[in-house]
Amino acid sequence: MAKIRGSIVVNIEKCKGCELCMVSCPTGTIAMAKEVNGKGYNYAYPANPELCIGCANCAMVCPDGVITVYKTKI
Amino acid sequence: MIEATGIKEIIKPENLVYRKTKIMTDNILSYCPGCGHGTTHRILAEVIDEEDLQSQTIGVSPVGCSVLLYNYIDVDIQEAAHGRAPAVATAIKRLLPDKFVFTYQGDGDLAAIGTAETIHACNRGENILIIFINNGIYGMTGGQMAPTTLPGMKSSTSPYGRDVKTMGYPLKMTDIVATLPGTYYVTRQSVNTPANVKKTKKAIRKAVQYQKLDKGTCFIEIVSNCPSGWKMTPVQSNKWMEENMFPYYPLGDLKIPEK
Repeated sequence: MAKIRGSIVVNIEKCKGCELCMVSCPTGTIAMAKEVNGKGYNYAYPANPELCIGCANCAMVCPDGVITVYKTKI
Repeated sequence: MIEATGIKEIIKPENLVYRKTKIMTDNILSYCPGCGHGTTHRILAEVIDEEDLQSQTIGVSPVGCSVLLYNYIDVDIQEAAHGRAPAVATAIKRLLPDKFVFTYQGDGDLAAIGTAETIHACNRGENILIIFINNGIYGMTGGQMAPTTLPGMKSSTSPYGRDVKTMGYPLKMTDIVATLPGTYYVTRQSVNTPANVKKTKKAIRKAVQYQKLDKGTCFIEIVSNCPSGWKMTPVQSNKWMEENMFPYYPLGDLKIPEK
């Protein structure tokens, strides 16, 4: 069976660290970084990229539209 | 290492599922982290993009956090006096009936100072779309009590909670306009979860279609959070909204077109 794999790209400088993407992610791919961006926010990043299924839930709830989602079948 | 190469292979233009629409400008949104305004802006811009209406759209934004709309959505925006957006939108739509005209108002604007304009524009059945962001508070000016503040809810001007004996009851504007014969489509949505975001987007798309068909006023209330005004984290505020706002402002369609 073809496996669906996804990947997200976060625009780190625009992220405000609201954590809404982290809560909405069904697979626990996203976590908040310990480092901060230029504005001082702990930005979101794909901590477990191998779990991403490309559902775009994170991008749907992101108020700042910083997440770009890719998906493919392997 | 193998995993890393795998991810690089996924990130290709042909695998793109979702990206920020071009109608949203690259300006960093000035809203607080986790604010529902950003999500609403984005889905509105997406609908304008998907319906190919960028050059045909005129938005009206009055006073409140919504005043900054022109900075983020790349369409024509007219500023209006506090609460007077439906009146301004009426004029724009009557003079330029081919344009898609929407207003984007908060609860302090639409339900307090602009009550008369809102009700009369809806009652006249003006062919405009009114987007109403209800977060139960005056967000921009520091979290004062709004007409939509819930009973017992604390704000900077009701520090012991809203006392309905002296301060009255929360105003359900959407229920009021749903009773008016001029309105065609009245709905209440939210943007707290991915499913609700999709439903809201669908509602906005429907309203755009109805406006093309010259049907009458479409009114979309979006129950939103205000993490700064409520003094909560974004995740907490969404939870608080689900527990307290949704029972008083239940989501769903209040008036749908008869078939």
